[in-house]
Amino acid sequence: MADKILVLGVGNVLLSDEGAGVRAVEQLQRSYVFSPQVELIDGGTMGLDLLGYLDDTSHLFIIDAIVSSKPPGSVVIEKLLDPPAYFRQKISPHQIGISELLAVAAMQDCLPPSITLFGIVPLDLSTGIEMSPMVNAAVEQVVLAVVEELDLMGVKVGAASC
Amino acid sequence: MAKRIVVDPITRIEGHLRIDCEIDNGRITKAWSSGQMWRGIELILQGRDPRDAWIFTQRICGVCTTVHAIASVRAVENALNLEVPLNAQYIRNMIVGAHGIFDHIVHFYHLSALDWVDIVSALKGSPKGAAALGQQLSPWPRNSEQEIKAVQEKLKGFVGSGQLGIFASGYWGHPAMKLSPDVNLLAATHYFQALEYQRKINKVVAILGSKTPHIQNMAVGGVANPINPDSQSTLTIERLLYIKTLIDEVGDFIKNVYMVDVAAIGAFYADWTKYGAGVTNYLSVPDMPLDTKGTVFDLPGGYIGDGKVGSFKPITSFNDDFFKQGVKEGIKHSWYKGDWDRHPWEEETVPQHTDFQDNGKYSWVKSPTFNGKPAQVGPLANVLGMYAAGHGPTKRYTDIMLETVSKLAGAKVGIEALHSTIGRHAARSVRCAVLHDSLLGQWQSLMDNIGRGDYATFNQPVFPKGEQRGMGFHEAPRGMLSHWVVIQDGKIKNYQCVVPSTWNAGPRNNNDAPGPYEASLVGNPVADPEKPLEVLRTVHSFDPCLACAIHLLDPESREIVTVRTVA
Repeated sequence: MADKILVLGVGNVLLSDEGAGVRAVEQLQRSYVFSPQVELIDGGTMGLDLLGYLDDTSHLFIIDAIVSSKPPGSVVIEKLLDPPAYFRQKISPHQIGISELLAVAAMQDCLPPSITLFGIVPLDLSTGIEMSPMVNAAVEQVVLAVVEELDLMGVKVGAASC
Repeated sequence: MAKRIVVDPITRIEGHLRIDCEIDNGRITKAWSSGQMWRGIELILQGRDPRDAWIFTQRICGVCTTVHAIASVRAVENALNLEVPLNAQYIRNMIVGAHGIFDHIVHFYHLSALDWVDIVSALKGSPKGAAALGQQLSPWPRNSEQEIKAVQEKLKGFVGSGQLGIFASGYWGHPAMKLSPDVNLLAATHYFQALEYQRKINKVVAILGSKTPHIQNMAVGGVANPINPDSQSTLTIERLLYIKTLIDEVGDFIKNVYMVDVAAIGAFYADWTKYGAGVTNYLSVPDMPLDTKGTVFDLPGGYIGDGKVGSFKPITSFNDDFFKQGVKEGIKHSWYKGDWDRHPWEEETVPQHTDFQDNGKYSWVKSPTFNGKPAQVGPLANVLGMYAAGHGPTKRYTDIMLETVSKLAGAKVGIEALHSTIGRHAARSVRCAVLHDSLLGQWQSLMDNIGRGDYATFNQPVFPKGEQRGMGFHEAPRGMLSHWVVIQDGKIKNYQCVVPSTWNAGPRNNNDAPGPYEASLVGNPVADPEKPLEVLRTVHSFDPCLACAIHLLDPESREIVTVRTVA
């Protein structure tokens, strides 16, 4: 069986640019057709609930808004070679986010062997369901980058016929 | 002189919950709870189709998604006087039950147990000793020396590689950590096992709510799960039987592990039955409706004033006037324009941010009151209410809990011990067991109803011209949640969510009475102001949920918790 690839977009769509990861997944679903080995998930603001989706995943793509010193609208694509480096100190109790999800996956020995982060630096985190234009453009950039990455891995992606 | 500490779990760009305490002679004398994040879901919803509101509200929070979906459809149904088919009630109830169990297990083991359990000390425990202790406490088959040893090896691996990972944030070796290495090791073993069981019960939510993590099956008027016992693409008997297997597996874990662990921690930390009572007006609502109108419920709820269980007044239906008229929110100490105290249908949301003013405005959270008084919500409020109502399973599990604690502590522990920090954990585990019984009941009712040939899951809503007002409540894992909607000509005119953490984390109210977090912290000891573990214990015991709406990955920095000591 072909390697399972999980494209996980996370974020809160009620907080403008914070929802960039989810918007990217929505756009991927709208614009392309994927082979069955690729699963796209709108992870919203969920944390531990997503654990089950990591099972048997060989490649995990995480699309998320990130905190960065780079200017808003920047795109940061990185292989997470050392996921524990992303584990953060946290006491905020209902805040099991992606870092904790990966930490728990590592403890349960179900951490996907390859993880790529497609990070988008947000501009506007105010309440609202529209993204800022520069982050909108960054989302489009990420969508293309995901397709390109899949292509490099030899995974076929077709255009959606509408 | 009093010392002030600020515990501020913030990322560098967004804050959530900030707790300020004044400490004098090692005790907290004054506390402020401040929600640091502005949430304006209400503004997003104005002008929208009421049938879509739940899709937006379930995005408010990362853990309580299903609860905002349920409260939202109930609010719109209430405005329209729309009945919900029995099957839809049962399916919703099963989602409510499974989600609640998931949430309670995760809250105890993964979000708060490490306030009491020292992971580093667990490395020094003896697997043999821990296994002997475990076997003495319960018949759980997975308290074997072999399994415990494997967990310890795993932990050693994490620590050996210099990566405590998710355990990096604990106050290990803190003087307020009192468990022996063997007890810590046993608890750490259950921490890992709990990860497996939370997954199993969450699968029930996923199957009923459709595949994606946010449930997709809700609808104003019912659920979008077509039932056809013979078709593969709908809710089949085969899937329902698989759900039953999952429910059964988790039951043993709740009763033989979760409840027992909480009892043991309660007995070892008996002091903590004396701290953290705070506001002892308790408010909960009935849930798990068993009829189409929402007048008969499997789980009761109501109001208890001044901690007097005998004063319980039940809330009896989705139209209960005692409840509908009793709720108000005040903004005297909140960052909104004005200083009014209003019913949710009459509120307006106009932000007005100021500095943190000790005696003025200092929080984005409003201050809700029930008949003019602050009230604590959550599993403790719910369990005390159900106990007062004479609910059989609640009484049974509460008695088991108190007997186990008494036996372990070697002293009689009564129900009054529940008004405390540790009592909130005890009540949560009792509620988890009660939810499990109810979940099994809902499953059986659904099977029986399908067996009678009733496949209905949806009643079409009709929106008349003019204005309708509705309220939907739900006893969520974190406490009583209510959504309030005003509909004008089929569109949303006003919408307010009065969430459980607002009740508990609210600032001083319009009469300057402190909210439950604030009141519960006063009198708590603080051994080391630089490491205020005790503050975390009490605040965590409420299962706070202010942090949900934002999460950003931070590849550059790890520091998100700051503790500032202000002389």
